[in-house]
Amino acid sequence: MRIELLFWAGCPSYPKALSDLRLALVESGLDPGCVIVSEVKYEGDAAAERFVGSPTIRIDGVDVQPPLDEPVGLTCRVYRRRDGRISPTPDPADLRDALNAASRR
Amino acid sequence: MTAIGDRAPSLGLPDTDGALHDLDGAPATVIVFTCNHCPYALAWHERIIDVARDYAARGVRVLAINPNDAERYPRDSVQEMRARVERAEFEQVPYLRDESQEVARSYDARTTPDVFVLDADGILRYRGAPDSDHDDPSQNGAWLRGALDAVLDGRSPDPAETTPIGCSIKWRA
Repeated sequence: MRIELLFWAGCPSYPKALSDLRLALVESGLDPGCVIVSEVKYEGDAAAERFVGSPTIRIDGVDVQPPLDEPVGLTCRVYRRRDGRISPTPDPADLRDALNAASRR
Repeated sequence: MTAIGDRAPSLGLPDTDGALHDLDGAPATVIVFTCNHCPYALAWHERIIDVARDYAARGVRVLAINPNDAERYPRDSVQEMRARVERAEFEQVPYLRDESQEVARSYDARTTPDVFVLDADGILRYRGAPDSDHDDPSQNGAWLRGALDAVLDGRSPDPAETTPIGCSIKWRA
């Protein structure tokens, strides 16, 4: 399973996202050290990576919360928690579900 | 840079209907640099509107200011600001456009959100985050409310300064 976290350093949310992701990996019985962390520094890189904001987490290439019509760019990404709140990081339950779905594929 | 205890810079900015707003000597004024696209600004938004509603009867005035470069971040355009106002997301809080970014620079604003509380004389009494955790609605804007209570009672807020947390302001290149 390929697990990637892409971040832009201009947004302060990625340490928490990485921590949440690693915890979800542990809870799913997976290696928390397997995350490939990549910094997106330039607008051109954001376009090439289809990076719609920081953090972006992909499991086997599938976004844990697939973006709808967000433009690519260097920005903080908006996530919706399961209770409807807006957050800079994905809902941990979405991370666990994405890991479980990937393990079944 | 404006420090706690300094007189805050003056401002005159248009809201989404073009009406100009300035500092008018309210018993306390809250200036919030905010925007449309930042999850931190959006996560704290309702708490700030709640503060505006809860302190309106005591004469507190809240001004929301969007200083972001809308060319690079189109979601921060005046049209997008107006759409949020028309959806009543700001209730009685004017949503002002700092197109030149001069006001944000004069306040040394760093993030969205970045909160400043002025007293009736326009002296800066608090600067920082609304509360300690954008992800915990139960915080309810505690630092901002504490600062307003102190200013309205003639005391110095404690804390008077916290670290603003959020998206960097999108300065023009």
